[in-house]
Amino acid sequence: MGRVLAVIIWIITLLSVLLFVSGKWWFPAAISEHAPALDRQFMITIVVVGIAFTAAQIGLGWMVWKYRDTGKSSDRALYSHGSNRLEVIWTVITAVVFIALGVMGQSVWASLRLHDAPAGAYSVEVVAQQFQWNFHYAGKDNKFGRTDPQLIDDGTLNFVGLDPSDPAAADDAVTAALAIPVNRPVELRLRSKDVIHNFWVPQLRFKQDLVPGMEIKVHFTANKVGKYELACAELCGQLHFKMKSYMLVLPEDEIQALQGLSQEQFQTKMVELLAKYPLPNY
Amino acid sequence: MSVETHDGVHRHPAPTGFIRKYIFSVDHKVIGIQYIMLALAAVAVGMVMSLLMRLNLSWPGTSWPILGTLFPTGAPNGVMNPEFYLSLVTMHGTIMVFFVLTTAPQGGFGNYFLPIQIGAEDMAFPTLNMLSFWVTLVGFIVILLAIVVEGNASVGAWFSGLGPSFTGGSGTVGPIGGWTGYAPLSALGKIAGPGQGAGMNLWVISIAIFCVGSLLGALNFITTLLNMRTKGMSLMRMPLTCWAWFTTAVLALLSFPVLLGGGILLLLDRIAGTSFFIPSGLYVSGLLSGSNPNFPLHTGGSPILWQHLFWFFGHPEVYIAILPGMGATSHILATFARKPVFGYRAMVFAIFAIGLLGFFVWGHHMFISGMSPYSAIAFSVLTLSIGVPSAVKTFNWLGTLWGGRIRFTTAMLFALGFVSLFVAGGITGLILGQSSLDLAMHDTYIVTAHFHLVMGVASIFGMFAALYFWFPKMFGRHMNEKLGHIHFWLTFVGVYTIFVPMHIMGIVGMPRRYSSFGEYEFLRTLHPLVLLVSVAAVITIVAQVLFYCNLFWSVFKGKKATDNPWEATTLEWTTSTPPPHDNFAGVLPTVYRGPYEFAVPGAPNDYVMQTDVGADIPGGDGHNGHKH
Repeated sequence: MGRVLAVIIWIITLLSVLLFVSGKWWFPAAISEHAPALDRQFMITIVVVGIAFTAAQIGLGWMVWKYRDTGKSSDRALYSHGSNRLEVIWTVITAVVFIALGVMGQSVWASLRLHDAPAGAYSVEVVAQQFQWNFHYAGKDNKFGRTDPQLIDDGTLNFVGLDPSDPAAADDAVTAALAIPVNRPVELRLRSKDVIHNFWVPQLRFKQDLVPGMEIKVHFTANKVGKYELACAELCGQLHFKMKSYMLVLPEDEIQALQGLSQEQFQTKMVELLAKYPLPNY
Repeated sequence: MSVETHDGVHRHPAPTGFIRKYIFSVDHKVIGIQYIMLALAAVAVGMVMSLLMRLNLSWPGTSWPILGTLFPTGAPNGVMNPEFYLSLVTMHGTIMVFFVLTTAPQGGFGNYFLPIQIGAEDMAFPTLNMLSFWVTLVGFIVILLAIVVEGNASVGAWFSGLGPSFTGGSGTVGPIGGWTGYAPLSALGKIAGPGQGAGMNLWVISIAIFCVGSLLGALNFITTLLNMRTKGMSLMRMPLTCWAWFTTAVLALLSFPVLLGGGILLLLDRIAGTSFFIPSGLYVSGLLSGSNPNFPLHTGGSPILWQHLFWFFGHPEVYIAILPGMGATSHILATFARKPVFGYRAMVFAIFAIGLLGFFVWGHHMFISGMSPYSAIAFSVLTLSIGVPSAVKTFNWLGTLWGGRIRFTTAMLFALGFVSLFVAGGITGLILGQSSLDLAMHDTYIVTAHFHLVMGVASIFGMFAALYFWFPKMFGRHMNEKLGHIHFWLTFVGVYTIFVPMHIMGIVGMPRRYSSFGEYEFLRTLHPLVLLVSVAAVITIVAQVLFYCNLFWSVFKGKKATDNPWEATTLEWTTSTPPPHDNFAGVLPTVYRGPYEFAVPGAPNDYVMQTDVGADIPGGDGHNGHKH
């Protein structure tokens, strides 16, 4: 029995490790500047995790194999209540490794979250609502028109409550897909109209909740032109799984070309661009 | 009977009528069994729900006629719709976490064995003990009511008489919110979509009732353990199970009131028009807050406040679920390895460290919630440090096996399975606890995999181990070992096959709580794994039928058990099987030594019981944790 259990534990361990190292399933290729550092930290962590997991399971298997009661000898088990020295050794080693990992695990976070977007970042206001994304662009003047919940009217397609009487709103556009420039810092101002949603583009390697009543700013730099799927990653109700949009990472000239456009022209252009760029190969 | 005791507890005579003996019993043993039966019923419901979820994920659009009959709105023609799926997610989580993982380990086994293991006749407050079970049962009935209220149109219509927020009948099997019930989705009422009416009200009320029941239980456990230990049962002579139950009770005492308060505030937001968790300016389903009688004015609330209150409870809750399993595992490993627990003192400290640190890490559920990024750093580093006492426990379990003479009973197999699964599930906390990595990992299937392995499956393995181990004492008969072994092998391989691939899904980026993955190209490559997980889940769930059959068959027909069938050392094995009403037939035992005196050189047997007298029997006195 001990040997069977040991072998099963080892097989499970081997198959689990193989599944991870097979390379068949992994992160989609990253497209943001901070992502390589995050992926590297993930690799370091998963190697530590893998070693600890494997060592513990091999150890457990070995114990049940070697110390199974065969009934052949009348010897008793070893009479030991433990060893203070061993306790100190493994406590210190795990504390050093785990806390070091924890401290290392702050650097990407700090680079993204502890300071504001650099000056000159391209800003987009993101307004989520149940099962739909709205992206509000400032236009040529680089100023967002005033928005007010009182003015929101989904019936007339004023999804973000833009105030048409505000001059800054004149060149603004609101679309259902996100377009951002490549190789330039982007700032998203995240808001929600109803419940909590979450902005999730796997290739960007970050998530952020959109919380009603708050404006949360995040920033990043995308470095690969293309079209990417955008998902909601916080349960928001019935059609949560369908709250999908796309993020276009565009060359600077295509972004500039969008700036002067009216709402209708902007939307038409976005449809063209969405058709032009294919999704990555998965 | 009424011998004077040092604690002055009134002893109660054995009841004679059926109702006082088996239904409204104040006997901790009966109450313990009642809790276990509640958990067995709840886990069956929760398991069927997980089965339905897997069917929907792997075979979407398939018609399951029985569902169409039971839930004509939620599963028209037997095909589940998205809100039906999401209510399954919510109810599965709620029922499993509260009514299974919090009842069986603590209310069940703790109730039955803590008083016996410390040499007491009963809990400190037997009537309160009875009350805590019945309150918990009411909570369970209320959560089951949520299924009917939302699933059945006419029941839903009747409930709407209680007020507009009680409108039900949306076809689901309860609310949509996940077990975490994040506001404002959970606070807004039926305007926010299906399942947000009566089902959500009953969900909050059920949890609030559950909190009360758990609080009463926690008070009882703490008082009993501190005041009612028998002569010689010093703290450091207690079995590790008692330390685990005690720490769990302290966690429950400190965390459930916070959830209770939060739940009451949430209910007020829903039915009394308050705005604790609802900010101003919301625009929901085409209506602005305050513009319409169906959506009254809300202002000034904070959605994140709910998350803080919920997780201040929710994280300690994880340890409430797993600590008793750790205790049982330590106890059973020592018994069947025929060895003293390795590093008893370190184990006690580790339990305490886990319990204490467990209160300072709730923020790791909220890295990306919009809370301060600086507090995220503190929460992250504290979270990683909680891995240290967890690792210490693992090392000591391996140390306990080292040099042992292991007997592979079903109980031992499940305890060994616990160690394996606890490592597998716990270790990925090193990934999820890092704020940077959580940016990518948050709310994906790697989270689902992590917590299911560690707080779900590992805890359940702890309870299986406990049940196979203590069943003979509780019912006077053994469970069938052959069936038990088959149950173990299928379950052990099954849960790994279910949950290891889920880590991979999370790395690819698959979000939790999606009723369908068909919308996204980046998830397409995962379909074979989704199928594999579902097939494994079906097999594993079917294997549990074996367990239920074994359980009920063995109660009546199992092999008769002796008083100490496992040749174990602690007090529950010194009394008759099953124990008499007052546990020790009027004579409380006196304890002379530590709890795990196995393989003592020179002793007549390979185990020395805690009550064994005599200077001629060597063995640690339990006051010196490290006798070499």
